Amino acid sequence: MSVLVYTESDKGTFKKTALEVASYAKTVADQMGTTVTAITFNAEDTSVLGNYGVDKVLKVNNSQLETFNAKAYASAIAQAAKKEGTKVIIVSSSADSKYLAPLLAIDLDAGYASNVVEAPSSTSPFTVKRTAFTNKAFNMTAINTDVKIVGVSKNAFGVKENSGSASAEDFSPSVPDLGIKVESVDKVTGQVTIADAEIVVSGGRGLKGPENWGMVEELADVLGAATACSKPVSDLGWRPHSEHVGQTGKPVAANLYIAIGISGAIQHLAGINASKVKVVINTDPEAPFFKAADYGIVGDAFEVVPKLIEKLKAFKAQQ
Amino acid sequence: MKILVCISHVPDTTSKINFTEGDTKFDTTGVQFVINPNDEFGLTRAMWFKEKQGASVDVVNVGGPETEPTLRKALAIGADAAIRVNTAATDGFAVAQQLAKVVQDGGYDLVIAGRESIDYNGGMVPGMLAGLIKANFVTNCISLEVEGTNVKAVREIDGGKETVSTSLPLVIGGQKGLVEESDLRIPNMRGIMMARQKPLKVVEPVDANTETASVKFEKPAPKGAIKLIDPDNVEELVNLLHNEAKVI
Ligand SMILES: Cc1cc2nc3c(=O)[nH]c(=O)nc-3n(C[C@H](O)[C@H](O)[C@H](O)COP(=O)(O)OP(=O)(O)OC[C@H]3O[C@@H](n4cnc5c(N)ncnc54)[C@H](O)[C@@H]3O)c2cc1C
Ligand SMILES: Nc1ncnc2c1ncn2[C@@H]1O[C@H](COP(=O)(O)O)[C@@H](O)[C@H]1O
Repeated sequence: MSVLVYTESDKGTFKKTALEVASYAKTVADQMGTTVTAITFNAEDTSVLGNYGVDKVLKVNNSQLETFNAKAYASAIAQAAKKEGTKVIIVSSSADSKYLAPLLAIDLDAGYASNVVEAPSSTSPFTVKRTAFTNKAFNMTAINTDVKIVGVSKNAFGVKENSGSASAEDFSPSVPDLGIKVESVDKVTGQVTIADAEIVVSGGRGLKGPENWGMVEELADVLGAATACSKPVSDLGWRPHSEHVGQTGKPVAANLYIAIGISGAIQHLAGINASKVKVVINTDPEAPFFKAADYGIVGDAFEVVPKLIEKLKAFKAQQ
Repeated sequence: MKILVCISHVPDTTSKINFTEGDTKFDTTGVQFVINPNDEFGLTRAMWFKEKQGASVDVVNVGGPETEPTLRKALAIGADAAIRVNTAATDGFAVAQQLAKVVQDGGYDLVIAGRESIDYNGGMVPGMLAGLIKANFVTNCISLEVEGTNVKAVREIDGGKETVSTSLPLVIGGQKGLVEESDLRIPNMRGIMMARQKPLKVVEPVDANTETASVKFEKPAPKGAIKLIDPDNVEELVNLLHNEAKVI
């Protein structure tokens, strides 16, 4: 019966989203009067999951599953769900979780709701609140199948500590024909990624040219933030495509999004408005971003940003 | 190679989003519908396979008659034929079941869908379809090459990208990168004229069940007014972010 949660790890260490989905699973388990079981792939020390409400961990250690494979991971999770008699499975909204969840849904004849932002408003009928229309609305969705899959939006529910301890047991699911072989992985290291970041500092065409990104990077550095940019900036080749955010770029659901020299076109906002707190720095008080942001400075980025860096450094030094 | 491109018919991003019937239905009044941007990237990549490798390209939508102008636009861009499965798209699973039937009847080798549609943002249909027809599946796909039945694809992952090899039959969840925006084609007069002659076949749905139901829509709570900070008092922003917003 227990709620099953897929806790993602990278090189053996749990990602922040793993702790968030574990916290979410604990809340659902409490609502349903049951326990939380986590499934992990090649994670070493799983005891930390106990601090976020997990009671039991099924540890899969299999060299064939060293790199993520959606089909094989979905199959393993399905096998775990059957073994545990699980009715509710919780996954995150990472690229990997979004990849495997529909396959898992077919494996288990389970209904799936993605981009869920709150704990279920009811567990019978099982009803969740999800974002729709690129964050311009919410949809209350009922999942009517016996087994249900919930994909939790990043930074929407938060990480909730819970003093407990998680027992661990080895789990050896059968591995299907993989179908897909990973040839190479090209990942930036030593840098906060937009997907994982709690704070994102983003620059637009107002910054005039790539040579002016030093202050954006410095600001990001002080805040431990990821850097991002508007679409024209990546189209012009000022910044790599991987930093392009918005409707046609990466989605951002950060706790804090700082937009510098970005006008706030609807296609830009569509991709970033799931962020909790938005700050805009722009010379034009009529820029649409001022309607979407929580805090704003009407001013020249070349004067404001260096001052902001200086004040933030002073603030951090005091902490 | 026979390619099927799945087209979802979605409100343009600039549309006002409103609901009717006690917030249970999307209000389509005055809304302009377009090909889902992720599908347009996929369709444009499919055109490349048609022109360079002699592939045939059909497009499909599961929906009512109101989606036909969107399918005609796909024909004007260059698809050979269109199929409309005549039923409302109730949930991702129901749509995937209809598409599975179309793929099986048509013997398609490659199905190109979008990583998500911008209306419901489910990101469900392509994966569910792949699961149902037991095809390989790559989503967040930003590059796709096919030689015979061998496929090389690049998938965007959190913080980077991953190059994979796989084989047909295959379902793709595509996005920008499959082609760039500058590669997108605006239908010209000749394309639009030709599209009128091309077949748009309406097929009746198979029995399909749904797994989820939309209960109600809600709009986000109206945002409070922005707080403006004097550019000469940047410290105030730091204080507000720390004490009020509690994000630093
Ligand atoms: C189908 C479609 C999809 C799109 N997808 C995306 C997307 O995913 N992401 C995206 O970002 N865009 C997207 N766009 C483009 C979008 O419409 C805008 O064109 C784009 O976001 C504008 O980028 P910008 O704000 O950097 O540039 P601009 O609109 O040129 O704005 C620059 C801003 O900088 C300000 N500025 C100038 N000098 C200074 C200074 N010294 N200090 C401070 N501020 C200054 C100006 O006042 C202005 O507001 C899309 C468009 C379409 C049609
Ligand atoms: N009603 C539909 N008809 C045809 N294809 C669809 C339909 N709905 C979704 N798709 C395809 O599935 C992709 C992902 O949609 P979704 O799962 O709704 O986010 C879309 O980009 C389309 O390619």
